Amino acid sequence: MMTGLFSEVFLSALLFGAVTAAIPLLLAGLGEQMSEKAGVLNIGIEGMMLAGAYLGFVGAFYSGSLWLGFLTGAAGGVAVALIMALLCVRIGLNQIVIGIALTLGLEGLTALLHHFQFSRSYPRLPAADATVIPLLSDIPVIGPAFFKHQLIVYLAVALVFAMGYLYRRTQLGLNLQAAGDKPAALDVAGIDVIRTRTVAVLTTGALAGLGGAYLANVGAGLFIPFITNGAGFLGIVLAMLARGRPIWVLFGALLFGVCLSLTTAMQVAGINIPTDVIQMLPFLAVMIMLVLFGRRASLPAALGIPYERGAR
Amino acid sequence: MSGSSSSSVAGRDIVALEGVTKRFPGIVANNSVDLSIRAGEVHVLLGENGAGKSTLIGMLSGLQQPDEGRILVDGKPTPITSPGHALALGIGTVFQHMMLVPTLTVAENLLLGQPWWQRPRTEDLEARVAEITRSLDITVKLHAKVSELSLGEQQQVEILRAMVRHSRLLILDESTSMLTPKGVDELGALMRRLVEQGLAIVFITHKLKEAAAFGDRISVLKLGRKVGEIAPERFRALGEQEIISEIVELMFGKQKDDPEAVERPVRTVLTDAAPLLQVADLEVAPTDNAPGLSSISFEIRPGEILGIAGIDGNGQKQLAEALAGQRAAISGSVRLEGVAIEALSVGERRRRGLRYLTDDRLGEGTVGTFPVSINFFLKQVGAPPFWRYGIEQRARIDKHAGELVREYDVRTPSLKTLVARLSGGNIQKVLLARELAEGAKVVIFNKPTYGLDLANTLASRQRIRDTAARGLAVLLISTDLEELLNMCDRVAVIANGALVGTVENTDDARTKVGRLMIGLAA
Amino acid sequence: MSIDTAPTSNTTALDATNGATTRRDILHRLLMTLGPILAALVIAGCVLLAVGVDPLAYYGYVLEKGLFSPLGVQQTLTRMAPLLFLAAGLIVAFRAGMWNLGGDGQFLLGAVTAAASAPMFVQIMPSWLALTCSFLLAMTVAMIWSLVPALLRAYQGVNEIITTLMMTFLGTSLANVLVKLAFRDPATTVPQTRTLPVEDRLPRLFETTITSGLLLGLAAIILVHLVMTRTAFGLKLRIVGANPRAAVHAGLGVPGLTIAVFAISAGLAGLAGAVDILGVQGNVRADWNPAYGLAVIPAVFLARMNGFAAIGFVFLLSVLSIGGESAARRLSVPNHFTLVLVSIVLIVLALAEYFDHRYNQSRRA
Repeated sequence: MMTGLFSEVFLSALLFGAVTAAIPLLLAGLGEQMSEKAGVLNIGIEGMMLAGAYLGFVGAFYSGSLWLGFLTGAAGGVAVALIMALLCVRIGLNQIVIGIALTLGLEGLTALLHHFQFSRSYPRLPAADATVIPLLSDIPVIGPAFFKHQLIVYLAVALVFAMGYLYRRTQLGLNLQAAGDKPAALDVAGIDVIRTRTVAVLTTGALAGLGGAYLANVGAGLFIPFITNGAGFLGIVLAMLARGRPIWVLFGALLFGVCLSLTTAMQVAGINIPTDVIQMLPFLAVMIMLVLFGRRASLPAALGIPYERGAR
Repeated sequence: MSGSSSSSVAGRDIVALEGVTKRFPGIVANNSVDLSIRAGEVHVLLGENGAGKSTLIGMLSGLQQPDEGRILVDGKPTPITSPGHALALGIGTVFQHMMLVPTLTVAENLLLGQPWWQRPRTEDLEARVAEITRSLDITVKLHAKVSELSLGEQQQVEILRAMVRHSRLLILDESTSMLTPKGVDELGALMRRLVEQGLAIVFITHKLKEAAAFGDRISVLKLGRKVGEIAPERFRALGEQEIISEIVELMFGKQKDDPEAVERPVRTVLTDAAPLLQVADLEVAPTDNAPGLSSISFEIRPGEILGIAGIDGNGQKQLAEALAGQRAAISGSVRLEGVAIEALSVGERRRRGLRYLTDDRLGEGTVGTFPVSINFFLKQVGAPPFWRYGIEQRARIDKHAGELVREYDVRTPSLKTLVARLSGGNIQKVLLARELAEGAKVVIFNKPTYGLDLANTLASRQRIRDTAARGLAVLLISTDLEELLNMCDRVAVIANGALVGTVENTDDARTKVGRLMIGLAA
Repeated sequence: MSIDTAPTSNTTALDATNGATTRRDILHRLLMTLGPILAALVIAGCVLLAVGVDPLAYYGYVLEKGLFSPLGVQQTLTRMAPLLFLAAGLIVAFRAGMWNLGGDGQFLLGAVTAAASAPMFVQIMPSWLALTCSFLLAMTVAMIWSLVPALLRAYQGVNEIITTLMMTFLGTSLANVLVKLAFRDPATTVPQTRTLPVEDRLPRLFETTITSGLLLGLAAIILVHLVMTRTAFGLKLRIVGANPRAAVHAGLGVPGLTIAVFAISAGLAGLAGAVDILGVQGNVRADWNPAYGLAVIPAVFLARMNGFAAIGFVFLLSVLSIGGESAARRLSVPNHFTLVLVSIVLIVLALAEYFDHRYNQSRRA
């Protein structure tokens, strides 16, 4: 048994699973980070992921194309984000209330639609083709773990660096930060705060929807109600802990991914510890880190506050 | 008197307002205002709080749209639809409240506003900034974070931003309120250089002397109406005192003299009485966004008003907060009637008679969403007779609140009105009533007249004088030198968190304090 | 001048209960609540139509079961008990400006504590004392669970939304671990705690199936309402919530109050778990998580943190969830439709409030 646990095959399967589990969290975390940078606390991200998971599955199932599935998934996330942007950014309703409402609503709606469409057949998608990276994938353990994923996985990791570049080096990055830290300053500089924040929220929706679609189409191969199981809320946690740095979202997502993957692996190996213990580990680690290094969280000054021109 | 576009002076209007009216719930902020703004002129907009200056600026900078009338740019009727549009038209504004992102660098702030798909053009910006700073003779730290700059430096960045954007019209809103006397003079000189380069400047102030010193043309606003204008040729013909008395007549209709110049009544400070407040070697650590305090020592006797002069942001707020107990001190002692209080809590210090009237009236002084009545008792929550066994005694609270409203002349529709709906002057009266309540022995006033109109300023000053006359010790922190010279027995100057000198308020006090403020020995 | 008046337009309605409420105000408030709910029912009905279910039949079944059948209304009232405790806890937290989103974790730990302790206590003491002890123990455990977010927020300024969210994930898992490892009933095959005999549970009211926990819940929320609106302690919490800097300025001990808020809020959530176990369930099964917390948050918001209004919304929520379960069975619609309905109600009410506010402003102009 112990040898089984540490065999090469087992280890690379564990890491492979960790990456698969981390990608939806990564996408959600990156998305949430953008909203928060621009000053919008997006509690509705769980709902956006569910919309993405459902529509992503529907798109992939009926078209037979995984890529079309990702597209419809992202569109689903954007559709929910559009409601959020209208209600919270444009007319300034309470972001927490609307966020929770959207999450509840999408939980119910996707479960309802699933019931009428798929609950008798529970259709599955065929396993997705992996893009094997030559040479790198031949490295023992690491190769099969990290370089035999779907193309979208590599794109998601590349997105981390793209986001880093966006925040530090581009005009849009400056605008987003200003919208979160001092929206009035952005406004008088001639940039529309509402529009900037709307762009951020819609991007969040697209990324969350993509994460949901990945969860359903690649991770599970099917849609079931409540499939996200708190992944969106984890994304919020990751974004807040990452303090505006995309790379930290990646590290956090991988940490949670390893723990989630370990849970599955232990079930497979038949080890008799409740999986709940493993599921607690990443949260315990983060809480201990917060207690030990609990510096003041550096959140944007205007986070959660709707912008109204001329008010102060 | 308000003939604007028909004026005979050479130079075309860059921007003109014709019959502009703007209404807000319950008030007419601007009532049919005409204004002409010309290249090469400093046009002073003078008026008290509530006269409609801010609204007028709001419309020129695209934050608000007029309900009636029109705005002409280069002679063509042009609705200014957004701040971006205003900038595109060449109208740059330096707002009273800083409009820079504190977490970005100066350069990044200057770059804000370009189309989002562009890469920030740092090199172009640096060249342009170098050119402008050279011609204006100012220096700007491009790569410093804005949060690390002093308020004066931030203001220069804002002016620079307007210039970088090729503004033809620069609006300066209450820009002198946080500058030193020297800084004010420098700003005046800078404005002169700018208009000589062909810019138009709108300079908003409520200080008569600045208006007279820096303006080419003055428009006076009162309760949303333009009540008069002094054109450049008349302006040049009159002396400073004549201009001031003419403005005063326009603004108030009756007095001829500078209404702020009240004779300082001769008060007897009991020099042999024991000091009520003794502070020795008080030291506070600096934080990310606030300077620290070092070796602060002073005493105040019963009936004495000690002024603290200095440029805003040199530790005044930290001093007040450290005394009140809101900010932890590293070392030093604070004695109230000879008893050490430096280890006591905010509430305990208050109970012993130390009162702190904050300058941040809505930010920390009151809870805007609570009614006026409760705000009178914010610092006594749970104390009898207003609470018994922890239960609110509404009748007692309302009765006493009613008495305070009458005594302090708080203009409020009712006791249940939310305090945020009152004007700044009336909120200040609520604070005065609260802090001067029975048991006060030492009162710290932090910028007590900041942002108030003249009537409320004078009333607040009288309260402070009365407080001292009752035998209390008063610490008056202000950035308004005139105010300190009018009120205080002694004036101490604070710079970089230390008291750099204390001056008896005698005839040459103005010069001495001024020298201390700019870093020279008195 | 615009800037002088601006803060009023930005003020929240959280403390609107301070002003005197005239009859017209109450009528207006009632209209502004019932109107949007009706509109939401119509919109949700369209969703039902879209999936091929007759909305009238659905709502009919909901009302029939949740409100008009004797058995159903008893179930509705019984369901209210834990929800009222949760709502009471959220009122304290939200009025003090603290986003305790960790209600579910606190609820489950309270439930597990009660389920583990009560069967032991009843063997050594009279059942009323055993129940009291279980309640207190459940409350204490939940309070301790909230200590980490409370201390982090009070002394380090760490945002409580992340910490309470994480603690709720942790708490849910911990509750499962406890059920499976520590308190598992050896006599059953499915992992669950030992079952409290029916005769030792909270008594039922009169000849009905309604739990007396309902009365405890009502007492808790009314008490919380009175404390928040009528006492010095409540006012202090409201000052912290409305303007934390003013609280510091006024000399309130903000860290201490913060910890108190978390303790009270979590303690009430723990009591909610206990009242559900000791009154209704009798034991905790592994992986049991009714997720009441997320559903109660909107109800508390809709009630604008007012205790009495919250009772009304909790009742509505219970009718919808009990009636929804029945209607779901009979029309083979998944019970999750209730979530859609709650969500739409929430959004429409928020919109109605916004437009009402706008209308009032433009009328004053």
